[in-house]
Amino acid sequence: MSQKGTTFREWLDERLPVTKFFEDQLLKYYAPKNFNFLYFFGSLALLVLVNQILTGIWLAMHYKPAADLAFDSVEYIMRDVNWGWLLRYLHSTGASLFFVVIYMHMFRAIFYGSFKKPRELLWLFGMVIFVLLMAEAFMGYLLPWGQMSYWGAQVIISLFGAIPVIGEDLATWIRGDYVIADATLNRFFALHVIGVPLAILGLVVLHLAALRTTGSNNPDGIEIKKNRDLVGIPKDGIPFHPYYTVKDLYVAGLFITIFAWIVFYTPEMGGLFLEHPNFEPANAMKTPEHIQPVWYFTPFYSILRAVPSKLWGVVAMGASIVVLFLLPWLDRCPVKSIRYRSPLFKIALTAFVISFLGLGVLGTKPVTETYTLLARIFSAVYFAFFLLLPIFSSVEITKPVPERLTEPVIPLAKREGFQWRLIEEGLRAVEHSPYITGFKDTVAKLLGKISGR
Amino acid sequence: MKKAFIILVLCSFSLVCRAESSVELEHADVDVFDQLSVIRGAGYFANYCLGCHGLKLMRYSRIARDHKVNESQLREFFLYGDAKIHESVRSAMTPANATLAFGVEPPDLSLVVRARGADWVYSYLKNFYEDSTRPFGVNNAVAPNVAMPNVLWDLQGPQTAVTRVADGKPEVVGVKSSGHGKLNARAFDHAVNDIVNFLAYVGEPSALQRIPLGKYVIVFLLFLTYLFYRLKKEYWKDIH
Repeated sequence: MSQKGTTFREWLDERLPVTKFFEDQLLKYYAPKNFNFLYFFGSLALLVLVNQILTGIWLAMHYKPAADLAFDSVEYIMRDVNWGWLLRYLHSTGASLFFVVIYMHMFRAIFYGSFKKPRELLWLFGMVIFVLLMAEAFMGYLLPWGQMSYWGAQVIISLFGAIPVIGEDLATWIRGDYVIADATLNRFFALHVIGVPLAILGLVVLHLAALRTTGSNNPDGIEIKKNRDLVGIPKDGIPFHPYYTVKDLYVAGLFITIFAWIVFYTPEMGGLFLEHPNFEPANAMKTPEHIQPVWYFTPFYSILRAVPSKLWGVVAMGASIVVLFLLPWLDRCPVKSIRYRSPLFKIALTAFVISFLGLGVLGTKPVTETYTLLARIFSAVYFAFFLLLPIFSSVEITKPVPERLTEPVIPLAKREGFQWRLIEEGLRAVEHSPYITGFKDTVAKLLGKISGR
Repeated sequence: MKKAFIILVLCSFSLVCRAESSVELEHADVDVFDQLSVIRGAGYFANYCLGCHGLKLMRYSRIARDHKVNESQLREFFLYGDAKIHESVRSAMTPANATLAFGVEPPDLSLVVRARGADWVYSYLKNFYEDSTRPFGVNNAVAPNVAMPNVLWDLQGPQTAVTRVADGKPEVVGVKSSGHGKLNARAFDHAVNDIVNFLAYVGEPSALQRIPLGKYVIVFLLFLTYLFYRLKKEYWKDIH
């Protein structure tokens, strides 16, 4: 073809805007140059999504969505399908790590104010993906048809029964039966494998399109598009490709290594990623002693349990997710990044994160008086963060925001606040401790020996 | 109809309800790579457990392949009867007969170690004690009122309960051995550990493939990550 004066690329570009697309999206898409480690979780989420889809397709080739076959078919995959155990562990570990990555991704957005104007839609698309992901994980968890699959689904779907008037009928309609049964398993399989993933993929496209329109936020929370050079390129921007593609590749390598370590050495993660009771087949006649959802749902499950009435518990649990959608309008502070916000916001965010983690831990524990009290306190803090945010964020005293980007991570010496001084002191003490200096000497000697030979 | 269903549910609860036991679990020393232990455990299992409990998720051929024994060797210590080598390990007892004998169907033990943990199975097998109120004359300190007889009694010798009075009610806190078993206490512990080891292997035979492979995958990934790191450094050296 090149003899005729056209390359294959030219031939293709006349028919499909391939080159233009890659130029617009990668080569001429300018991203802020000071992304730190919190910015990797978006691309890692995409990586896990691809892992889930690929391993999911191969699992679906061997899995049987029927109440009397499902449990054994999963074990058939684990035992008789070549590399089936690897597919299954990649999928189950991927599910848990998906939530680790997404929670970090959402935390980053709150930390650096990435949900604020002009990125409200970006945040909303992301929130819808989060809700769909929870639905996807919930339905996927029923498929192994173990005791926890069954009773977890039983508990969660019965929550719809708390809705006045239509509740019970709604729950029956969702299940397709009066209890979780074959009909439920079959429809959950259809939704888990086709329905929800399609919706997630569509929304990921919208999420990325919205991101490409506004451009990425950054650790300083300033708009790099406001400072352009003579050609119109943001002065603090660098082309996404090759700079962030190679950086993401490196981080993906690190992430996959951790992923592999879990898959090969601790796929159950001590009962967190694969719960022990789920190795017992579902039995409608035998309720497990403790019914608990997988770890990534436990913060919301704790809120549900903290409220004494079933109806209001469901309302509180729903509200705990709905308030996240409203974040762009609850936070009135024009400054985006936590770097230039008031100590008050930093304290509030810290309290919020602690209570979210606390609720998560409590959700894995059986109910006792102390735990219920703690869950109530944490729930109160969780909601207080969102309810008080509009008030204190509108009167916040913020620091001046710089015109241009600063460091990806602020050096310790530049940070203000006694806690950083304490950490500085601690690090200095560690550096000069005899253990560390001794260790350094040994390493230096070893290296000397190796190079000497 | 609805009432009948509720009664049915309630009845079945009472059959399977297990009271929480206050006995502390003993630690089982599980190592599925200890092939001799797993094979010894398989032998004990075939002689003492397989009569009632099946391992339906496990094939005879897989046990033979994973432990490098051939069919005739397997038939010496594990594959009794006329089952074919590619079949899965099933108990000779039919569920109906088993229910008639024990009141409940003995559970399949393919995944018992993954569901309950090795320590539980180990402690459970060691904690039978004499109790004349129970149908088989024995009870279990780890799983009170379990329907199973103490199948290992001739190896272990009879045991009696150690009780403590808590809240005005006697509570079993442990067992005491009479020392009249065929095996001494140490040898019995080893035998039970072998059974647990075998069941741990049966719970996840792929562990034999998974764990040895891990180090190669991780070393490769670390090397790959190092290359990516160098690539990133090279590209980023002019960004300030």
